[in-house]
Amino acid sequence: MRTRYVKILGICVIGLALIGSGCKKSTPTPPTKTPPAKAPAEKAPAPKPAAEKPQAQAAPIKIGAIFAITGPAAFLGAPEQKTAEMFVEQINQQGGMSGHKVTLLVKDSAGKAETAISLAKQLIDEEKVLAIIGPSTSGESMAIKNICQEGKTILLSCAAAETIVDPLASYVFKTPQKDSDAARRIFEVLKEKGITKVGVTSSSDGFGNAGAAQLAKLAPEYGVTIAIAETYATTETDLTGVLTKLKAQGVQAVINWTITPAQSLVAKNMKQIDLNVPLFQSHGFGNIKYVQAGGEAANGTIFPCGHLLVAETLPSNDPQKQVLMKYKQDYETRFKEDASTFGGHAYDAILILGEAVKKAGSVETDKVRAAIETLQGVVGTGGVFRFSEKDHNGLGKDAFEMLTVVDGKFAVYTK
Amino acid sequence: MNVPLIVQYGLSGITVGSIYAIVAVGFNIIYGTTGIINFAQGEFLIVGAMMAISLYGVVPLWLAIALAVIVTAILGGLLEMVFIRPARDASVLRLIVITIGLSILIREAMLHIWDEQVRSLPYFTGTSISTITILGAHISPQVLWVLGVSAVTVAGLTVFFRFTLLGRAMRACADDRMAACLCGINDRWMVTLSFMLSAGIGALAGCVISPVTQTQYDMGAPLAIKGFTVAILGGLGNSTAAVVAGLLLGLLEAFVVSQFAAAYKEAVAIVVLLLVLVFRPTGLFVRREIGELRTA
Repeated sequence: MRTRYVKILGICVIGLALIGSGCKKSTPTPPTKTPPAKAPAEKAPAPKPAAEKPQAQAAPIKIGAIFAITGPAAFLGAPEQKTAEMFVEQINQQGGMSGHKVTLLVKDSAGKAETAISLAKQLIDEEKVLAIIGPSTSGESMAIKNICQEGKTILLSCAAAETIVDPLASYVFKTPQKDSDAARRIFEVLKEKGITKVGVTSSSDGFGNAGAAQLAKLAPEYGVTIAIAETYATTETDLTGVLTKLKAQGVQAVINWTITPAQSLVAKNMKQIDLNVPLFQSHGFGNIKYVQAGGEAANGTIFPCGHLLVAETLPSNDPQKQVLMKYKQDYETRFKEDASTFGGHAYDAILILGEAVKKAGSVETDKVRAAIETLQGVVGTGGVFRFSEKDHNGLGKDAFEMLTVVDGKFAVYTK
Repeated sequence: MNVPLIVQYGLSGITVGSIYAIVAVGFNIIYGTTGIINFAQGEFLIVGAMMAISLYGVVPLWLAIALAVIVTAILGGLLEMVFIRPARDASVLRLIVITIGLSILIREAMLHIWDEQVRSLPYFTGTSISTITILGAHISPQVLWVLGVSAVTVAGLTVFFRFTLLGRAMRACADDRMAACLCGINDRWMVTLSFMLSAGIGALAGCVISPVTQTQYDMGAPLAIKGFTVAILGGLGNSTAAVVAGLLLGLLEAFVVSQFAAAYKEAVAIVVLLLVLVFRPTGLFVRREIGELRTA
């Protein structure tokens, strides 16, 4: 009896070991499978076996990506993941970044900072990636900022909070526009409308807290008083209580700062409790799914956004138009869903990395990092980037367009 | 605070409270017949809502909801037969852990079948901007649906348990399983039926709140925790007490939001749970002696 028990145990252990070793081999997602259709002659792509390396083949670049593909920030992370994989495939089809094939390792953090931290450590220490794209949210980005700085790995965050790049960390950059600029654009519209008393609702995560802080800091500059500021949990499902408090204060407008589906809830609840004042959202509203979830209640929402969502209406001499239209068409044909500004942030991050590798003429981390700081005039989806030693974001207030929702679709906001 | 404001907060409180009450009633049905706390209860709400949302594209709304309720009930029964029945002689603690595992399993399955997006059923009457006025407070008509469906469900269950043979058989099982067996009641089927009933009313509750709270695959767990708090607050096994306790918790949360920072809302349920477990573990409405006489 005992020998049989031991035998069974032994078989189980061997089985687990086999499964374990099998799993480890298949983790990196290889977009390098597709053979390039029209590769230029001098960039002859090498056949797959890694042992054979003809002189023309340059060392492949490993990039890590941490996105919130599931969880409350899924409307950000899922488009980012799809965009990153699509873009890297396109790059590899054209021979790679300056001749280097790109291997993209995508990880799902589910929007949780603790998961992001362990994923970042794994990517930096075990995989030794050149750069990490993402994370999707400000809370996660702040959590891994120091890890990347100390690990001397470039971080190209897809999150909005200004605190990611201010205070400055030499290896940390971000591609979305600054939340302080978003706040400024909102206040400008408020001032125009003659509104002086507002209520602020924000989620209790990194993005919401950072946004609420910026709003509080900048409000006096535009003569606006924040009569009441409330935070709610990211998983909140009912905002009628919070909005009733705002209504009781007699606010003239509501500013909601979050990236979660609560954005749709705010719009709906406001109408249901008969709080009929203008609703301003942050640039976290840039996914049509929030409008669809809000139904009729979403009409009339005003928010700052990158030009991607209204790319068709841009004049043909607009520097961004070509990049935006191409990205939009590629994304929508391939994934059969509307493009969002969030996917664009991942696109910009990879684009900037590619440009830096080209400029540096090398794939050494320090040289690429220094090259990013010298990039001027890189046309991305978020805007035209101008980096410097002091500016690791590269975008200003003009990267935003004020948009509104008309009949369930995005439209440019006109006074 | 003036009357309309109080009514507004009150309505917001009892809306969310009635959902907690339904989840707690689901807990109580299963606890009564088996002594297990079924931590997968929250997932039944979400499975029901997701199913109805998928079916809604194909059949009219009422039919989609009816089908979702039936299918979720069958799912509940199947889960019981596959996972709980074989482990019948295990201790209650093991069975509870099995239900925790089931909740994780169902959640992951939902993620794979339906993906991570947020969806909702359409409003039963009106749209997302409809609003009606009651005593000066404004609410969405869907809120009335939530309250109505909860009330009808609880009333229906009370009638079922008190006046129908099947309901009384289930109560007999809850009281003393051995004696019920000796009376000719098939206790195994009573257990399966209790799971099916719990899953079915969970699905109905999930459908009716879907327009209000929106549905995402991972919303089941927080609901289960709040429902569990309410069930404990009222006293395990006592469904009417669960309803009162649910409304109480909902009103308490609304009160906290109105007087203090809204950020503290989530803490209310946990604080209540801790206080109840420390000071009155048998629940508010169950006399201590009777509660301690119950053998789990």
